[in-house]
Amino acid sequence: MRQNPYLFAAYAATWIIHITYLITIVRRYSRLQREIEGLKK
Amino acid sequence: MKKVFPILVVLTGILLSYALYQALVVAPTEQTMGNVQRIFYYHVPSAWTAFILFFVNFGASIAYLIKRRPTADIIALVSAEVGVVFCTVVLVTGPIWARPVWGIWWTWDMRLTSTLVLWLIYVSYLFLRRFSSSGETPLLAAALAVLGALCVPFVYFSIWFFRTQHPQPVMGGGGSIDPRMMHALLINWLAFSCFAFLVCWSRYRLEKLQREVDHAHAMKSLLEPHGSAR
Repeated sequence: MRQNPYLFAAYAATWIIHITYLITIVRRYSRLQREIEGLKK
Repeated sequence: MKKVFPILVVLTGILLSYALYQALVVAPTEQTMGNVQRIFYYHVPSAWTAFILFFVNFGASIAYLIKRRPTADIIALVSAEVGVVFCTVVLVTGPIWARPVWGIWWTWDMRLTSTLVLWLIYVSYLFLRRFSSSGETPLLAAALAVLGALCVPFVYFSIWFFRTQHPQPVMGGGGSIDPRMMHALLINWLAFSCFAFLVCWSRYRLEKLQREVDHAHAMKSLLEPHGSAR
């Protein structure tokens, strides 16, 4: 049980890395959508 | 295809939740390491997924070198980027597991060092893609990807060829594993592979859109009258 913080840290770190990457994809997609709107005008 | 994607997202979410349940509840507690051994169910599938993505990158790079199709180039870029993300997970979860078990965060043994070198090669690949504006960039990147892929078998088999602190591989290592542990491991691998596929799909669409926007900008600048032409 003493080792549980390490287990929690490893699982949390995994999802923090994946979610951070997903956020960068979503932000880049939003920026491109704005660029497309700008090009259409 | 747009209707299929949300369905796959939901299915992958369910699979990841089931895999987490398998890892934390169903799989038995390992006798010597205790609960910290459950890091194994995220660490090992992440490594396998990263290796598969690097091999996809290798195949797509070879295809690009032969046929010079932009689709192959996009697949190579996307698989390398998502592979680096999974390899980062491996390099982060490994030391977190090593600290309570070995008493140290890191040791410069062959498996750990070769994994770090592999990660650095693919990070270099992504830097090359990101910051080089030369028309030859995809070609240079494809050549670097071939070099990177050669390191993948070296990383995997390094624990056979060298004396290392890292445990032997789960498959082909000669040891035995509880069937419930193996089940949890394979379910987690399946879940992370599905997740990686969806991330690659999203990133592929983003890259295609990026290239379309770049093309539209280039066309616009060509068609616009320049101020210097008097």
